Amino acid sequence: MIHTMECAVDAQSLISISLRKIHNSRTQRGGIKLHKNLLVSYVLRNARQVYMNEKYAEIYRMQQYEEVMTVCNEIQELNPLDLVEDCEEQTVDCCSSMNESPSLCGALLPVSHQASPVQHIQPTSACSVPIPLQSEEVCKSPDPSFYRSCCAEAYPVSNCDFSPVNSMHCNKTTVLDLDTHVVTTVESGYLHQDCCASLQQCCQGAQSPVKKRKLDFGYYVSEIEEVPDFTPCKRAKFEDSSYACTEPLDTSNISNLISIFGSGFTGLVSRQAELEQALNGQFCSKQALASLGAWTRAIVAF
Amino acid sequence: MAGVGGGNDFQWCFSQVKGAIDEDVAEADIISTVEFNYSGELLATGDKGGRVVIFQREQESKNRSLSRGEYNVYSTFQSHEPEFDYLKSLEIEEKINKIRWLPQQNAAHFLLSTNDKTIKLWKISERDKRAEGYNLKDEDGRLRDPFRITSLRVPVLMPMDLMVEASPRRIFANAHTYHINSISVNSDYQTYLSADDLRINLWHLEITDRSFNIVDIKPANMEELTEVITAAECHPHQCNVFVYSSSKGTIRLCDTRAAALCDRHSKFFEEPEDPSSRSFFSEIISSISDVKFSHSGRYMMTRDYLSVKVWDLNMENRPVETYQVHEYLRSKLCSLYENDCIFDKFECCWNGSDSAIMTGSYNNFFRMFDRNTRRDITLEASRENSKPRAMLKPRKVCTGGKRKKDEISVDSLDFNKKILHTAWHPKENVIAVAATNNLYIFQDKMN
Repeated sequence: MIHTMECAVDAQSLISISLRKIHNSRTQRGGIKLHKNLLVSYVLRNARQVYMNEKYAEIYRMQQYEEVMTVCNEIQELNPLDLVEDCEEQTVDCCSSMNESPSLCGALLPVSHQASPVQHIQPTSACSVPIPLQSEEVCKSPDPSFYRSCCAEAYPVSNCDFSPVNSMHCNKTTVLDLDTHVVTTVESGYLHQDCCASLQQCCQGAQSPVKKRKLDFGYYVSEIEEVPDFTPCKRAKFEDSSYACTEPLDTSNISNLISIFGSGFTGLVSRQAELEQALNGQFCSKQALASLGAWTRAIVAF
Repeated sequence: MAGVGGGNDFQWCFSQVKGAIDEDVAEADIISTVEFNYSGELLATGDKGGRVVIFQREQESKNRSLSRGEYNVYSTFQSHEPEFDYLKSLEIEEKINKIRWLPQQNAAHFLLSTNDKTIKLWKISERDKRAEGYNLKDEDGRLRDPFRITSLRVPVLMPMDLMVEASPRRIFANAHTYHINSISVNSDYQTYLSADDLRINLWHLEITDRSFNIVDIKPANMEELTEVITAAECHPHQCNVFVYSSSKGTIRLCDTRAAALCDRHSKFFEEPEDPSSRSFFSEIISSISDVKFSHSGRYMMTRDYLSVKVWDLNMENRPVETYQVHEYLRSKLCSLYENDCIFDKFECCWNGSDSAIMTGSYNNFFRMFDRNTRRDITLEASRENSKPRAMLKPRKVCTGGKRKKDEISVDSLDFNKKILHTAWHPKENVIAVAATNNLYIFQDKMN
């Protein structure tokens, strides 16, 4: 268990710092220092472990809430006047039992509420039967993989709903088949396809079959948690995250570096020229984090 | 407060400082290695610019009995030049990583110096006589007309101003793919080893075109690499024994009699990690930056980022002594990681009798530990205390709470002023401390 108390720096910023060091080492005089880069990769691995653990815990908490809210929504459809209060109570109970603030739960609610009626009905109809049962089970016994599948099923991710103003056209719906645990992503946007592709490609560390879904979830979840009022702010937060994604070119170099790093440092040296070609700055540290799934050991090779 | 030395109370005094006073430090002038020779008469330094400077101790004369023998410049030469590897498009730094003296066997002195890729054997010899009275040429070197020579004479050796010449006698090149971090002369005085990140080679001093690879930890798949070699040293008496340390905080002792390739160690020294102190940087601070056998050959000392450990060669599961160098930095590891200081490689050294050890720290502080009394002292290499024979005042770092007078708080430490390289005279209480581009020499007052 890593003690993070000695630094206010969180895992994510440590990862950014480490990536920057690796990137800078390419241009240092005397060539890439194997020892130093090996040590940096250990820090990266440690930070990633902490980050992933935190994310898992977060998702677990949110899934608890999501389950309850989904049930509430279904009930609300039947009798919106009578059952909203009940659902909210359950939600609050569930969240408080999971040590979450009601505002956070409210923030997490948005997907179902914000979605258009058509989309809203889709997931519930798809899983109306199993979810109530599963949500109870989930609340009682948090098995991560099982939990994630419920979470994934609970609501669809529709990025296009929250696609920011800045012309990132993305239309995507992700649905999990509870039987086969296959995540189906239907996208019609360039950006998101790339995001998912990179996540899927690089995410090999987690054992759960729905890990892709989890990463999608994680992609904007961390933005949500700061939002007390869910409906308008979530949209704004997604815009913020998208702004975060349009970072300067050196960040894209770094994430490109990471995808190469995942296949060994030999890639780094041989593809130095390729590294100079930047993506359109669409990657941010979060995506780099997501792509760290391929790392299971400290690796430096040249 | 009494100093630390070797049982008795010693007082460390300033003796000399070498190097420029300028605040502006040229990168090339930064000292990268310091080493006394076997007698202590010579002190060699190497710097980042590839130069070697050798100081020689003055003979003590009866007239100046109070002033100890001072070290003056004996020879300066350019050992390594920057090179370029065209195949890999990599520049090879000229920085001198290590200097190791050979035992003196005749009038000349020999040393090995190495940069990242190439080791060189230098011969340093004196010339204080020259032949005069040649038959075929004049004193100024012009050839004489043979027909003008009417008589023959035997040239006579006449004294001249002392001239010290350094000439490269051997160049051991192209044997290391990775960066050389250590060289060590064997006790047989015929062979030496050189270590890079993944391999250790054994050379014969006379043979430059080949070497034996005796350790190779490069995995078949580089993606499986988990540790590198950080330092290596030959045993001072047993020419078949050597040790190498790793970035994982382990030390392996190998016996060349066991196998041609010493990948399998004879002894494995590792102290179990304390799980409660685990952090993001546990791997970095456990990486060993230096390993040194004691003069007796019974112990060895390792330096990691925060501590120095003394190991008994007969006990592998833990060190016999652990000394905290600057434990107050443990809470600062994040910042030290950001500014790269956490990667600094501190060296350590024994005194001649193995009763004390010394290592460097930040803010131009260096630390000494007396193994017998368990006392430790922190001293500072500073031009402010640079009056001749001025006694060094012990320094103290305030780790929290109210700062006492003369204490310095952790946040006030200057992490750009680091003492990575120190050396202790093999026989006397004289120490050389490299502080960036300055070399400080301190002596014990009573000595």
